[in-house]
Amino acid sequence: MKPRYSVFSLARNAMNYHKDWERAWRSPTPKPEYDAVIVGAGGHGLATAYYLAKNHKMTNIAVVEKGWLGGGNTGRNTTIIRSNYLQDPSIAIYELARSLYEDLSQDLNYNVMFSPRGVLMLCQTQHEFRAFQRTAHANRLAGLDCRMVTPQEVKEIVPIINDDPNCRYPILGAYYQPRGGTGRHDAVAWGYARGADAMGVDIIQNCEVTGIQRDGGQVVGLETTRGVIRTKKIGVVTAGNVSTVMDMAGVRMPIESQCLQALVSEPIKPVIDCVVMANTVHGYMSQSDKGELVIGGGTDPYNNYSQRGSFPALEHTVAALVETFPIISRLRMLRMWGGIVDMTGDRSPIISKTPVDGLFVNCGWGTGGFKAIPGSGWVFADTIANDRPHPIAEPFGLNRFQEGRLIDESVAAAVAH
Amino acid sequence: MLAVKCPVCGAEGDETDFHAGGQAHIRRPATHDPAHVTDEEQRNYLFIRINPKGLHFERWRCDRGCGKWFHAARDTVTMEFKAFYGVTELPPADVIAQAKGQWAEYFANRLTSESKA
Repeated sequence: MKPRYSVFSLARNAMNYHKDWERAWRSPTPKPEYDAVIVGAGGHGLATAYYLAKNHKMTNIAVVEKGWLGGGNTGRNTTIIRSNYLQDPSIAIYELARSLYEDLSQDLNYNVMFSPRGVLMLCQTQHEFRAFQRTAHANRLAGLDCRMVTPQEVKEIVPIINDDPNCRYPILGAYYQPRGGTGRHDAVAWGYARGADAMGVDIIQNCEVTGIQRDGGQVVGLETTRGVIRTKKIGVVTAGNVSTVMDMAGVRMPIESQCLQALVSEPIKPVIDCVVMANTVHGYMSQSDKGELVIGGGTDPYNNYSQRGSFPALEHTVAALVETFPIISRLRMLRMWGGIVDMTGDRSPIISKTPVDGLFVNCGWGTGGFKAIPGSGWVFADTIANDRPHPIAEPFGLNRFQEGRLIDESVAAAVAH
Repeated sequence: MLAVKCPVCGAEGDETDFHAGGQAHIRRPATHDPAHVTDEEQRNYLFIRINPKGLHFERWRCDRGCGKWFHAARDTVTMEFKAFYGVTELPPADVIAQAKGQWAEYFANRLTSESKA
């Protein structure tokens, strides 16, 4: 067992000038065979491995990653955590995730800096106001702690907001989830990686999957750039690259890969202590602990694997936020980046068994995967361990596209997830 | 910025002058044989998408020009357009030859079925 991180370990290591900190996880060479292999060491993949080991005692497992862990969308999102979706299956999984985030730092012994600072979703048209009222009713029926707030309350919560009633999209109110907030995205990946590694899970980086071996209708192994790994269970959690990996097993996916961008400003003094999402004008913003404004918007409307987005999409996002927060108009932007998100037709994820025995897939989180990491890993681990969908994962099966049982969040969440 | 050119009216511009319309060459099964559309075919038509890393074939609309839909071949990694062609046409033969995986399969089937007809 690894030594726990605590104030005492910090003091002890300070005595040695911090020279003796152990590595948080090993860099093992792949074994020839595992009980299960997770493809993709992002948040969802690492959480799956962690809960497979912790909840289901499957420790002879590996996570293979073509790049470095947490280097895809886990390190590229805007770290927003909320669960106020419209449909019951979505509420169930996102609320499971949000509630797991609450004591995740204690569970992992790794500070994921979960900060329930509140998420405010602005209503800037009558239509949006009514749509959020509907969501509010649905959420209250599901027992979520959420409420509609008036324009006056919005101004109290976010004093820098533009409350001019004569602007193009005036604030008519907002939908508020006080228990939502942000987390430290890298720490979530690192905490799960450290926790899984401590229980014996092999996390193998720089190991790209090049083929999925099958015998009859059953998976028997993975071909990788570091040799063949035999296994009877494979969980594919590769977000934007899921179509490419699933194609190796002959499974065609209802997914399109697009680029979603985010950017941060130069650091400034604290001006906003919650997350504000303005879906009508198409942008969302929060402030990191370092003082940078963290800004996100919509995806480019065409397929993209390059992790670089278009300038018009950025311009659109920034224009929307300058309208909403006039004081940020002269801020300079420090960094911008893109992540490849896996969009499904109904904007809901896929957590599913597949027509190939032993092949499981967890993808389709699109623009909103970070908030779901603990819940997604929890139910996907259960699905893999027991070879049947976890009750919360069941509605998110691949067969819903054939049966017409869509979980329509594209209307409910419109743009920003 | 993408450099797009409409094959119908010849207008050139970036992606803000055009509208991206998703995957090209999708056939609605009910149009051809409404009596025998399986759930699987209907699912494939509505949701299953070829999502290649590399050469892709898409629909675009000439928003600020003639307003017509057209087809384009584009690389999803380099963002480079390889060809623009009409909605009823197949891509140029040299671009078809570069297609891989599911697209190569699609064009092979399409060319065989058309040569039979």
